[in-house]
Amino acid sequence: MIAILDYGSGNTFSVYNALDYIGADVVVTREPDAIRRADRLILPGVGAFGKCMEKIRSYGLDEILQEEVLVRKKPFLGICVGMQVLASVGLEKGEHPGLGWIPGSVRLLETGESGLKLPHVGWNDVDFPKGHPLFHKIHPEKDRAFYFVHSYHLAPDDPSWILATTEYGSVFAAAVARDNVVATQFHPEKSQKNGLQFLENFSEWEGGPC
Amino acid sequence: MLKKRIIPVLLLKDGRMVKGKHFTDFRDVGNPVTAARVYNSQKVDEMTFLDIAPSPESKEKVRRIIQEVAKECFMPLTIGGGIQSLEDIYTLLKIGADKISLNSAAVRNPQLIKQGAEVFGNQCMVVSVDYTTDENGTRRVWIDSGKTPTELDPLEHIRRCANLGAGEILITSIDREGTMTGYDLDFYQEIVKAVDIPVIASGGAGSLNDFLEAFTVADVSAITSGSVFHFTDQSPIKTRFFLYDHKVNVRV
Repeated sequence: MIAILDYGSGNTFSVYNALDYIGADVVVTREPDAIRRADRLILPGVGAFGKCMEKIRSYGLDEILQEEVLVRKKPFLGICVGMQVLASVGLEKGEHPGLGWIPGSVRLLETGESGLKLPHVGWNDVDFPKGHPLFHKIHPEKDRAFYFVHSYHLAPDDPSWILATTEYGSVFAAAVARDNVVATQFHPEKSQKNGLQFLENFSEWEGGPC
Repeated sequence: MLKKRIIPVLLLKDGRMVKGKHFTDFRDVGNPVTAARVYNSQKVDEMTFLDIAPSPESKEKVRRIIQEVAKECFMPLTIGGGIQSLEDIYTLLKIGADKISLNSAAVRNPQLIKQGAEVFGNQCMVVSVDYTTDENGTRRVWIDSGKTPTELDPLEHIRRCANLGAGEILITSIDREGTMTGYDLDFYQEIVKAVDIPVIASGGAGSLNDFLEAFTVADVSAITSGSVFHFTDQSPIKTRFFLYDHKVNVRV
C-alpha cells in the first residue's frame, strides 16, 4: 500500500488519480497508523518551502517520516516542493530549515541575463542514468520530457545524490536519490505517459541503486 | 531546454463545449470530457477550460467535468471563468486543477492575484487578458467574457499583474478571436519583452504557420487554440511535427 501524505499542500488528488490509474493500492492520509502500515510513502508539495515545512511540522509528519523512512527504510518519493523540503535549508522568502535528508540548499533558478522566464513551467528533457530502475521503460533519448513548474531548485552538497538533471539556464537536479529516498522536481502525475511509467516504477522500487 | 507548449482551450457554457467568434455567436461543439480524452491521446502539453458564462450552476458542472478529466488526463489543467475569491481557487485546486485563470477578477480585485500567489504559489495563478484595438491603435482591456469595457491598457495591466504575482499571462485579441486570420504578433512580442513570466498566445490562429510565427517571431512560451483544432483537419499531432520540422523545440 502506498500512502500519499496529506498535509494540506500539493495536489494529492492528482497524485492519487495517477497511482489509482496504474492500479496501485493507494491512500491519501496523514494518520500515523496508516503511514506506519504503508509500504511506500509519497510526499507531494506545491507552494512555498517555508509554508510547506510549517505544515509538515504542524502535523508531526517530520517525526513519523524520520522513523518510517530513515530508520525503517521505506521507499519514499518526494515531488516538487516535496523534494525541496529534503534540503537542509530553503532560501525562498527568507531562510527556512528543511528536513535535511539531502543536505544542500534550495535556491532560485539562475536565469540571470538570459531572458528566460520564471517560473520554469512546461515540459523539459530529463537526463537520467541508463538502466536505473526508476526510469525503466522511459526512453533515454527520444521521449524523455517531464512537466516542471517551479522557480526554485535543490542544489545538494554532494553531487552524487543527483539522480537526474535538466537544463534551464543552467543544469540542475531534476531528481535526487539517496538510499531509499528519491525525489523529483518534476511532477510525474502531470507528465502523462512518462510520469505514469515513473510512478509505476516507484511502486515496484525496493529502494537503493540498481 | 524547456519546450514550447501547445495548449488547447476548451470554452464551456452550461457544461457544454462551445466555440465562437469575437466572443459571441457561440455554438455547441460537443462534450468537453470526450474532447479532453481526444486531446489527451494526442499528447497535448496542457489543457485549459474556460467557463464563459459562470453561474453557481455552471460552476458545479465545470467541477464535475474537471473531476472526470483529472481521472484520465495526467497533464496540467487550468480552469478559469468566474473565479472571484481564494475559496473559489481552493475549491478548484482541490478537485484537480493545477492552475486557475483570473480575468475579470484581475481587474476588479487585483489583490486576489497577490493573495492567491501567497497562499497557493504563483505557479498556479494565470492571468487572462482580453483586449481590443481601435482604429487609432489604442488598446483596451475587456472583462465579463468580453462584454464590459474598461479604461485599462492591456500592457500596463499585464505589468501590474506580473508584479502582483501572476505566474503566467494568457493574452487574447478579441478582434482576432475565431477569425483564423493570425495572432496579433507585434503586440504579443511587446508583451513577451515586457514581463519575466511566460506568455501564452491566444486569439486568431488559423494555420500551423500562425503557431510557428507565434514562437519564432513573438517568442511566446505557449500557444492556445480552439478554432484550428476544432474546425480544421490540423491536430495537435500535426502541429507538433510541423513545428519540430521548423526547428521549434516541442515535444514529439
